[in-house]
Amino acid sequence: MRVGVVTFPGSLDDVDAQRAVRIGGHEAVALWHGDHDLRGVDAVVLPGGFSYGDYLRCGAISRFSPVMTEVIAAAERGMPVLGICNGFQILCESHLLPGALIRNDHRTFVCRDQRLRVENASTAWTSAYDEGAEITIALKNGEGGYVADAATLDRLEGEGLVVARYLEHNPNGSMRDIAGVTNERGNVVGLMPHPEHSVEALTGTGTDGLGFFTSLAALAGATFA
Amino acid sequence: MPRVVVDVMPKPEILDPQGKAVQGALPRLGFSGVLDVRQGKRFELEVAEVSDAVLADVHRMAETLLSNPVIESFTVRVEDGQPA
Repeated sequence: MRVGVVTFPGSLDDVDAQRAVRIGGHEAVALWHGDHDLRGVDAVVLPGGFSYGDYLRCGAISRFSPVMTEVIAAAERGMPVLGICNGFQILCESHLLPGALIRNDHRTFVCRDQRLRVENASTAWTSAYDEGAEITIALKNGEGGYVADAATLDRLEGEGLVVARYLEHNPNGSMRDIAGVTNERGNVVGLMPHPEHSVEALTGTGTDGLGFFTSLAALAGATFA
Repeated sequence: MPRVVVDVMPKPEILDPQGKAVQGALPRLGFSGVLDVRQGKRFELEVAEVSDAVLADVHRMAETLLSNPVIESFTVRVEDGQPA
């Protein structure tokens, strides 16, 4: 598949995300925040970083960039969209995913190898995992605390929309240990930890993150353009 | 030039780590008796004129961009002493 990776001013992990896309068996296509153009891709990754300097709120200004108009429309047609870290913040600001990300409860930046449980292995981005799989991938954030009102949290848990949960240690104060969520359709996934940094044995924390990129193979042939 | 002020605050049920950090610093400076601190944002919008239409626009700006309704609330007011 052709997988677009958006670069915003201040994106940090776009090149790593492109690399992870290629290692996952797909063609990586660079997308630019200022273009109303998805270049015919089959899926989109919104990478980590500090788009627009995190001004106003993380992801708040990126959400109104030209490319996001196209990403939101494509997501609503069913195109797979994965937001990692800052990308997750952008998806929440876009209202493609419920809830919001706020500053870590302990007020310090966190960078660690994080243990997770994959709670939903039926999304476009997690079908390569077994339900309940326990994985370790890189985590690094300053504003990674997932919050939503109790009714939303109950709905997410009741409908199986929690994609991944922190195990052993909640690194940022996220409610109910939520590390990632998906939408009802399962095509849009937001994740605070960084699977794109955990795709090669040589670097990082092993290869447990690779499944987020290989999962797309199950959708080969589908088109949402 | 009239000025419209939008104050944005984290909702009461949302943890405010920045406010907590400020609260923690006050006793170290010798200030006591502050039981809680909440930190928000203030936006000052200079507009050509204040009208119902302009204020309606400012409300839309506040709920779409200036605040995130999931975690924040806002108020809109015309600044005191400014011609309305």
